[in-house]
Amino acid sequence: MPPVGRSLPRVDGVAKVTGRAQYLDDLDAAGAWHGATVRSAVAHGVLEAIEIDPALGSELGAEICVVTAADIPGKNVIALIEDDQPALVPIGGRVMHCDEPIALVAAPTRAQAFAAARRVRPRIRPLPAVFDVDAALAGAQRLYGDAGDNVFKRFVIRKGHAGDDELEAVFARAAQVIDGRYATSPQEQMYIEPQAMMAAWRDGRCHIVGSMQCPYYVHKAMKPLLGVGGDGVVIAQSVTGGGFGGKEEYPSMLAAHAALLARKAGRAVKMVYDRDEDIAATTKRHPCWIRHRLAVDARGELAAIDIDVVMDGGAYLTLSPVVLSRGVLHAAGPYRCPVVRVRGRVVATNHPPHGAFRGFGAPQTTFAYERQIQKLARARGEDPLALRKRLALRTGDTTATGQRLEASVGTDEVFAALEAVAGAAPVRTGVNRHGAPVRRGRGVCFYFHGAGFTGSGEQRLAARATVAATAHGFEVRSSSAEIGQGSITIFTQIAAAALGVDPALIAVIDPTTSRVPDSGPTVASRTAMVVGGVVDRAARAVRDRLEAWAAGRGMAGALAELARAYVAEAGGELAETVTYEPPAGVAWDDATYTGSAYPVYGWATCLVDVEIDLDTCEVAVLRCVQAVDVGKAINPAIVRGQIDGGTLQALGWALLENVVYRDGKVANANMTNCIVPTFADAPELETILVEVPYPFGPGGAKGVGEIPMDGPAAAVANAVEDALGVACDELPISPEAIAASRPRWSAPMEVLR
Amino acid sequence: MRLTIEVNGAARAVDASPWKRLLDVLRDDLRLTGTKEGCGEGECGACTVLLDGEPVNSCLVAAAQCDGRRVTTVEGLARGELLHAVQRQLIACGGAQCGICTPGIAVCAAHLVDRGLVRGLDGPAAGGGEAAARAQVRELLAGNICRCTGYQLIVDAVIAAAREVAAGAPEVAR
Repeated sequence: MPPVGRSLPRVDGVAKVTGRAQYLDDLDAAGAWHGATVRSAVAHGVLEAIEIDPALGSELGAEICVVTAADIPGKNVIALIEDDQPALVPIGGRVMHCDEPIALVAAPTRAQAFAAARRVRPRIRPLPAVFDVDAALAGAQRLYGDAGDNVFKRFVIRKGHAGDDELEAVFARAAQVIDGRYATSPQEQMYIEPQAMMAAWRDGRCHIVGSMQCPYYVHKAMKPLLGVGGDGVVIAQSVTGGGFGGKEEYPSMLAAHAALLARKAGRAVKMVYDRDEDIAATTKRHPCWIRHRLAVDARGELAAIDIDVVMDGGAYLTLSPVVLSRGVLHAAGPYRCPVVRVRGRVVATNHPPHGAFRGFGAPQTTFAYERQIQKLARARGEDPLALRKRLALRTGDTTATGQRLEASVGTDEVFAALEAVAGAAPVRTGVNRHGAPVRRGRGVCFYFHGAGFTGSGEQRLAARATVAATAHGFEVRSSSAEIGQGSITIFTQIAAAALGVDPALIAVIDPTTSRVPDSGPTVASRTAMVVGGVVDRAARAVRDRLEAWAAGRGMAGALAELARAYVAEAGGELAETVTYEPPAGVAWDDATYTGSAYPVYGWATCLVDVEIDLDTCEVAVLRCVQAVDVGKAINPAIVRGQIDGGTLQALGWALLENVVYRDGKVANANMTNCIVPTFADAPELETILVEVPYPFGPGGAKGVGEIPMDGPAAAVANAVEDALGVACDELPISPEAIAASRPRWSAPMEVLR
Repeated sequence: MRLTIEVNGAARAVDASPWKRLLDVLRDDLRLTGTKEGCGEGECGACTVLLDGEPVNSCLVAAAQCDGRRVTTVEGLARGELLHAVQRQLIACGGAQCGICTPGIAVCAAHLVDRGLVRGLDGPAAGGGEAAARAQVRELLAGNICRCTGYQLIVDAVIAAAREVAAGAPEVAR
């Protein structure tokens, strides 16, 4: 059987089920000290001094190493998009958020390090803090830039109109206008392995190993900070216990801290965050506020869409511009419309920086547009699924940025797949197993997700990967990180198929920066599609060269035998490194935000049935069906697992997850109060894989990691609205929110579908 | 305090503070790092081990409570290279992704399967059948959080393992 399209057991499966897989905290680190972080207790202020208890070491009965910004050998920044975030706030510098790193300590044991951190006290002169995006926009405090509005980044997308007057004229002529305001909550990634990193200096080089998604992001950030060249720092990934975006940018901070401590202590230093610290200090999904207007003509077609997106970026720029970009590019939804305006702003506040989380801005804007489409269906008395089908983008249509959709548009297929299993809506009223009265409802939605980096991002990244024929088989070298999503298994299958060999002959090596080329970060639904495509081409090139070499010598045989013969004769491996080439016709204009925003999109439909306990106001998800066009499932079990996992994160975001800030500090920084769905909360997930191949993806595959995060929250809100007759326009749809809406519930018999 | 604990069938002597967490005794003193720490407060279940055959969060158990008792960790599930039915099915069904919660889930699920706590798989559909058994698995594993899988394929794996063990497949009899 060909290795692509088959559910090969994951290659790291045995190590993981037996407990042999070595995560950072499992590595033998004999002699390593432990690091801990001294953090700010205030959200905004000036760091006047750092008071260190003079009896620090003697009290704890241990040697203690303390690091402050003064110990940084290079530039005090965590380099990413802008150099605005320091590794440690310097004396005289501004503290921008609660739990911002001020100083570091290392000690022989973890308990000693944490005890020592409590004895180092930053003295901070407080300044008024800004937590509200409107206040930040009004310039209540200057947190970022010179414009006075604290805007990190703004975008405007225009389609089919030259200026605002023209847009407003369409709204003035409209037969119907749907105008809504939406708010979505911050969300914690809650990978089960907390952030963890270890650093040691050997032979003049800094060696860093840890839990991360993007070894080369860390590599890039360490060079200026440590004042070293590319050879001066080596980044290795340990087995990583989940990321979901939470280990995209933050590991650079942790790596900086471990490296600085190791440098000063003169020994290896390991840092493993406590859960509370991880929740309090690391990045979350951006909270978002959206105003969304739909203009509909007399025939019921969309005449114009106007959207205004505001995100809270938190205290530093981090990845916020890119998150906003993806948010606005998805904001108009997968619907046909001649006139579109999308405006977006991401604003600085004194919250801890918000950052990458699966979906990356799209779940927020998807929630808004799918609520709007639902309201349109209700207003028109049209079946919600039929209306979506009628307005959906198909091959040949153009998106909000004017991109003409050419290939792999699975619209009809994902609708058909959903309709085939939808069945009857649940009985509207009844009694649950506790004897409480219930209401039931059904919600549907339709959405898309651009795969790969936005715009010309993939051209700029120019991902590279290597395939090498060695004496022992074939090696795949890339910087893509296995974080549970199955990339090493997928790459094994892709390489095996391209080489025509048994998958057992393929080894995907760990992404250590000194051993692998830069394939770009492990983000953006790009690993299988973009890097997998490069692996495919590199493997084919190796096969062609080996076969040509053998033919020149009149040799024949299995490819692995030819490889052995080659290595024996040449005295070394045969390796091919290939660079990503974008498909023809992908053109993007960053200045006007028009063109091909993404090389291809995934398409999905979702159906959710809910049951609401009218006494407790809890929402139970009875059914969750999701049909996703994945191009081609290289490993159906792994793809299914990705979609199931993303779906439950979306259901959690819809109903029970939340990060609560009080005066800029996370008030629920523990797993007891910052809850995520358990086995008992999760419904049976009815995931359907739909395959409409993408001609430029390996075997037809396209991105799949993020799309399941986008839609289910809106489907839940639509289902609750169906059950109660109350619009749910804010997340989470908590029991408290539902209880507060009780006076507005419809009478049971009045509920409209 | 000197403790004697039977860990995965072998008596182990440990010198530790009576207050030391069982989790740390296992990971630091015995270097059994298969047991993971996810939250340190008994919410996530990544540190689940069996204490005298019953699942506990080892981050909430003091060393002194374990003296003279039996502890089973993920390292004790397989017999040599022969995996427990739950471990094999987690791989076969795709129930492990990042893997950090997997040891705790494997330990807890093996307990359910070995004790025959997943019921109704052989009964008539009218008695609930597989749907009821799946609901039961969800209830019994509710103390183990997984953020990757949505739980679906883990439930599949536990049901498949329960069927195997119930059918008395000889290589997994225990």
